[in-house]
Amino acid sequence: MKELLQKEDITIRFAGDSGDGMQLTGMQFTSTTALLGNDLSTLPDYPAEIRAPAGTLFGVSGFQIHFGSTEIYTPGDVCDVLVAMNPAALKVNLNGLIDGGTIIANSDSFDDKNLSLASYNSNPLEDGSLSKYKLHVINISKLTSLTLSDTQLTSKEIDRCKNFFALGLMYWMYNRPLEPTIEWMQEKFKKTPKYVDANIKVLKAGFNYGDITEIFTVRYDVQPAKLEPGNYRSVTGNEAVALGLIAASEKSKLGLFLGSYPITPASDILHELSYYKNFRVKTFQAEDEIAAITSSIGASFAGALAITTTSGPGLALKGEALGLAVMTELPLVIINVQRGGPSTGLPTKTEQSDLLQSLYGRHGESPVCVIAAKTPSDCFYTVYEACRIATKFMVPVILLSDGYIANGSEPWNFPLIEDLSDININFRTEKDGFFPYLRDEKTLARPWAIPGTPNLEHRIGGLEKQQVTGNVSYDAQNHDYMVRLRQNKIEKIAEDIPLAEIDGKESGKLLLVSWGGTYGAAKTAVNNKRKENKYISHLHLKYINPFQKNVGEILKKFDKILVPELNLGQLSKVLKHTFFVNTISLTKVEGQPFKSIEIENKIDELLK
Amino acid sequence: MSLIQETLEPIQTSFEQPTYSSKDFQSNQDVRWCPGCGDYSILAQTQRIFPDFGVPKHNVVFVSGIGCSSRFPYYMNTYGFHSIHGRAPSIATGIKIARPELSVWVVTGDGDGMSIGGNHLIHTLRRNVNLKILLFNNQIYGLTKGQYSPTSEYGKVTKSTPLGSVDHPFNPLLLALGAEASFVARTLDRDTKHMQMILKRAHNFCGTTFIEIYQNCNVFNNGAFFQFTEKESKDDNVLLLEHGKPMVFGKEKNKGIKLDGFTPKVVSLDGTNSVNDLLVHNEKDSVLAFILANFNAMEGMPRPIGIFRAIERPTYEKDIERQIENAVVKEKGSFNNLIQSGQTWIIK
Ligand code: SF4
Repeated sequence: MKELLQKEDITIRFAGDSGDGMQLTGMQFTSTTALLGNDLSTLPDYPAEIRAPAGTLFGVSGFQIHFGSTEIYTPGDVCDVLVAMNPAALKVNLNGLIDGGTIIANSDSFDDKNLSLASYNSNPLEDGSLSKYKLHVINISKLTSLTLSDTQLTSKEIDRCKNFFALGLMYWMYNRPLEPTIEWMQEKFKKTPKYVDANIKVLKAGFNYGDITEIFTVRYDVQPAKLEPGNYRSVTGNEAVALGLIAASEKSKLGLFLGSYPITPASDILHELSYYKNFRVKTFQAEDEIAAITSSIGASFAGALAITTTSGPGLALKGEALGLAVMTELPLVIINVQRGGPSTGLPTKTEQSDLLQSLYGRHGESPVCVIAAKTPSDCFYTVYEACRIATKFMVPVILLSDGYIANGSEPWNFPLIEDLSDININFRTEKDGFFPYLRDEKTLARPWAIPGTPNLEHRIGGLEKQQVTGNVSYDAQNHDYMVRLRQNKIEKIAEDIPLAEIDGKESGKLLLVSWGGTYGAAKTAVNNKRKENKYISHLHLKYINPFQKNVGEILKKFDKILVPELNLGQLSKVLKHTFFVNTISLTKVEGQPFKSIEIENKIDELLK
Repeated sequence: MSLIQETLEPIQTSFEQPTYSSKDFQSNQDVRWCPGCGDYSILAQTQRIFPDFGVPKHNVVFVSGIGCSSRFPYYMNTYGFHSIHGRAPSIATGIKIARPELSVWVVTGDGDGMSIGGNHLIHTLRRNVNLKILLFNNQIYGLTKGQYSPTSEYGKVTKSTPLGSVDHPFNPLLLALGAEASFVARTLDRDTKHMQMILKRAHNFCGTTFIEIYQNCNVFNNGAFFQFTEKESKDDNVLLLEHGKPMVFGKEKNKGIKLDGFTPKVVSLDGTNSVNDLLVHNEKDSVLAFILANFNAMEGMPRPIGIFRAIERPTYEKDIERQIENAVVKEKGSFNNLIQSGQTWIIK
């Protein structure tokens, strides 16, 4: 019997060629781990090329999972285990491995060709360069083909199964059951039973390899986390957006319309919603980003819950139409899953560099509401909130997500429809006293009078509107009035949202302010510092335009304000000019989320 | 049972036949085109023919982009959306997909539809969304005061081409046919009866209808189409297309179109050729539609007006509805079922 050691948390990185199935392997490990009741966070990290040339450094695809028996907020700063399916995967990921960490290397792929593709002069598995790690050299390809030698599969098909050997071995090492993955295989490959059999065989072979061979003497166990009681599932940010939209449609009783043009990393929302025909979701894959948003504006005019999804460059293309949505005061939700920019930039990597574009990147004075999601599951609540605000105030709302939370996943104590707040929609039907731009006193929203309603025929458009009548007006005073009114309307939203809640003391030396996907690293940094008795407070901002009413007050009670962002200090700038406070920016634009240690180091520096 | 069941059904609209006069379609807004502009006639014919359609006016939406023509929706007492440059087909597509029961019309111009909005136009045509697109072609930019447009002729002298344009123009109908528009027609601002007939056919057609309307901009491009619209010249220069009828034209009805191989030729009906030798128009013949649309580029050929092609095929929004209905029949969606599908677990 081999020893079983308890661990509080573990980070594993699966890395290989983009054709090696690393994302799938990582996701399987994630589902199984979630089912065991661990808290977790994941980071898929893959190249922009769909089938990058095999063996190259830029073709490496990785999937990192951090799981534990305590609450987990990040995919892990460094990994404890690196599964490297080829030399390039080893090279690219080695600096993310903790000193003394474990390497599982598929020795079969460390041949001359692959070594030279990865720019290794000598074989690192043999030259002693990895001596500070626990190196396990396993001929995974060979063992896989031996396992399947009595099957009818071609050698190519056999080779494709090798990731499951690695997965099986990891299941053994971390004491996880095989059944969830076996069930998944039976479903996934049900049309080709020979694949089901082969994959199960290889998975078990990997598991047994750990059990039987002498190579491994210990295995580890990570106890379930003490999560809040409830019903759980795992969810990625993009899935959560799709689910949130379905919920908002059901709750508001509005038909859901999505106009979208494929763009990484937002396309999965389009894919997901395209399946939900039985929810009467209408998805329209437009000819370009412009048609994607303008069709949504049309659908909104017609009375749908109208959504458009995109990423940075797409948002730039939508800018003109957003101005139209501001002018016509129609509800619209624009979801921007941010990626590395400018231009095509780093399409599969994460960044938070569209904040200023979202706030200001339009012609004229065209304020919109901007809110940001902080974790994969928070995408659900944030998109739901975006729909509520858009329809209540008759405004466009930009929701900022990012590549990291969009593709990352976590366990989610999910709600049922009855747990969600109401979204009340009142289409105007009354003829008496109807004017297209007569406003609700409280929200300043204009009536939503949709085509098909008798006696409310009216015209809207991009030309300036006369207050109340909505007729075209070139009057100078009226324009001044309307510009301010549209600004006011956005500011009014602050009266409709909860006050900001600070984590920690209400005043002190240092306040950490985060927004969007930086939440996890910030929260972890704060928790770690508290363990060292360094007490700092944390404010996470979901609402960026408008800010919650008490944000200014909170900021002013701290000596120093640290704002970590995956850009060159965009929120920091906004806080400075909005609240006249000094902020200290911690910035990074490497296409990767913050490591909590990076924030911790900055905190230490500031507390010195 | 899901809430959505009762609520996401298409909104019920009244179906009793309204009786309207053209006045009912006039809004209270002052019409602001230049006096003498061809747009007036198009507006008047539209308001005149709409009562014939029997559609409640609250179920009608006019969508436009930017340009002189795009002021049109303000003058129609229906729902209307004066949007942004070139985007009207996409806005209209969103409206029609969301609410297929509405009658949705797009008003655009040669700059709006062929230049800045060219992409939306061709994709709308190929998708066959059931929209009625009216393209007012005046071969000039009017609203921005007289630059050449994508339909202006080569060599055209304008403010932005003082030495003559070196841009080769689009032929709107060939572009529409190339995008496989199911209904393609041309009419003239000055031919009121013909325009009304075409509008009516467009209304009755199920699919995207693309109508090029020759429209005189008397301020910046006066007389661009006079040879086709004025009494003295029109009979000899215009060929009226009528389904199933031989292609005869001319003041004396003494000329016709004959096909020589694939090349159309004008022949005179002087004894050597009779009506029986002439091409017979067929709206269902796509090859013929291309030949006719190409007359613009052929020396000595009359300009055809009428319906070049009318071939129905499934519309985009109905296909979407069909997929939805099939899915709903199988299993009506419920959020609570959806969120619990796949792997879930309980933590106590
Ligand atoms: S500029 Fe030309 S097209 Fe425009 S309104 Fe005047 S006459 Fe008509």
